[in-house]
Amino acid sequence: MQKNLIITTSPHLRDRATTASIMRDVCIALAPAGIAGIVFFGARAAVLIALSVITCVLAEFLYQKLTGQKVTVGDWSAVVTGLLLAYNMPTTVPWWMAVVGGVIAILLVKQLFGGIGSNFMNPALTARAVLFVSWGGVMGAYPITRFMEDTASGATPLALLAAKETVGDVQLWDLFIGNCAGVIGETCKAALLLGGIYLLVRKVIDWRIPCGMIGIVFICYLIYGGFNLALKEILSGALMLGAIFMATDYATSPQTNLGRIIMGVGCGLIVFVIRAFANYPEGTSFAILFMNVMTPLIDRYTVPKYFGEVKKNG
Amino acid sequence: MADSKKTFLGTFNNGMIVENPTFTLMLGMCPTLGVTTAAMNGISMGLATTFVLVCSNLFISLLRNIIPDKVRIPSYIIVIASFVTIIDLMMKAFLPDLRAVLGTYIQLIVVNCIIFARAESFAAKNPPMLSVADGLGMGLGFTCSITLLSCVRELFGSGSIFGLQMMPEGYQPMAIMNQVPGGFITLGLLMILVNFIKQRVAAKQALRKEGIA
Repeated sequence: MQKNLIITTSPHLRDRATTASIMRDVCIALAPAGIAGIVFFGARAAVLIALSVITCVLAEFLYQKLTGQKVTVGDWSAVVTGLLLAYNMPTTVPWWMAVVGGVIAILLVKQLFGGIGSNFMNPALTARAVLFVSWGGVMGAYPITRFMEDTASGATPLALLAAKETVGDVQLWDLFIGNCAGVIGETCKAALLLGGIYLLVRKVIDWRIPCGMIGIVFICYLIYGGFNLALKEILSGALMLGAIFMATDYATSPQTNLGRIIMGVGCGLIVFVIRAFANYPEGTSFAILFMNVMTPLIDRYTVPKYFGEVKKNG
Repeated sequence: MADSKKTFLGTFNNGMIVENPTFTLMLGMCPTLGVTTAAMNGISMGLATTFVLVCSNLFISLLRNIIPDKVRIPSYIIVIASFVTIIDLMMKAFLPDLRAVLGTYIQLIVVNCIIFARAESFAAKNPPMLSVADGLGMGLGFTCSITLLSCVRELFGSGSIFGLQMMPEGYQPMAIMNQVPGGFITLGLLMILVNFIKQRVAAKQALRKEGIA
């Protein structure tokens, strides 16, 4: 093959980060939450995580082989998708649901739109939404952890927080370490925060989206129901998981700093509205998916000024 | 292409395959997404549309030299609405159950863009027989497409095709296929398939031509 001369415009900044190194960092950051999930929900959590990851990687490999594309399984992005998908499922789902979800995430949402970087919605979240809409009964039934008393019904913290009388039943410490009903990866906030800090330190994600998202939910609930409720709300449900790992997906979040703040705030506002006023107890995934679709628009309206460009009304 | 279009069969083929209203022209998306949750609904919606399309094409073609240009759209609507009313009343009388399922979509055939598009771009410029061929081709093309679409949706959304159980016992229906997103997803996937096949056929024909030359 003839080697082409590649000409690019300045700035000629080089960075050692590659897709593979970034995705590997995300996998490392996701690990604590997965381990916590296995500890709290038992070995079945591990089975589902493994199934989901294997399906995603295999689906990507087979699709790229069959269509004669370059196989990019080595970039770890399919692993991240598989992990996130599994983290969004309760341990009680049948095994084939993890497989169906993986195929939907990789084939329908990612590869058919052109592979990594070209998907317009987060693959794992979209697959989760498809599963949730299709088999809501199973996907929406959250099991309790192994350390909870059997008498405690499978009500999620969010369901308890929704009614004023039961707000006191939710213990902050349980929420923080993850001893509460929920999907595999969302319950242990300590592990999620640990992963988030790792990603921030490694500069894989930007602080604006997660902080904007969690911050606005906190502020809204502070006004809506006071400090105690606000604190419990941001530690409940999939908010942390979504804000740190899913809203920050490169392909589906804005690239400008202002845009990222808009993305975070938008997600947070939708989460608050769905949680406080809608029929669904949780709205993180739909909020993120909605803002995913808005991303191109946000990017377009927040293009930074060129250096030296004159302000219109300056 | 321009020559082959002018025969009865050529025009029919054009509507059925080359310019398939659903997969190529992307017309009539409203019923395509709205009623295709079961194969029976798809095929009856398609046939009802075909009936209206053939009749309105015929009459608009017959009247094409009389209808003044300025009021052509209202005139088309009157012709189309008459036939929609006929099929609507017929279905109410003879197929009340089906009519109840398809509901307002039957009346909405009046504003179905396939029928308008064919009236405006074909029947108004061509003789009656060709217009009938065009209506038949377009109508049956539409029928085949939405029946295919609804078969896929019914298979995954209810586990059956035309009400016959297809999926093994214990299959848990995928409810999203019965909802609007399922319609969009299936339509997109089928479009990929149809375009893929068309490209393959075109490539083969090109190869064959090269071989002859």
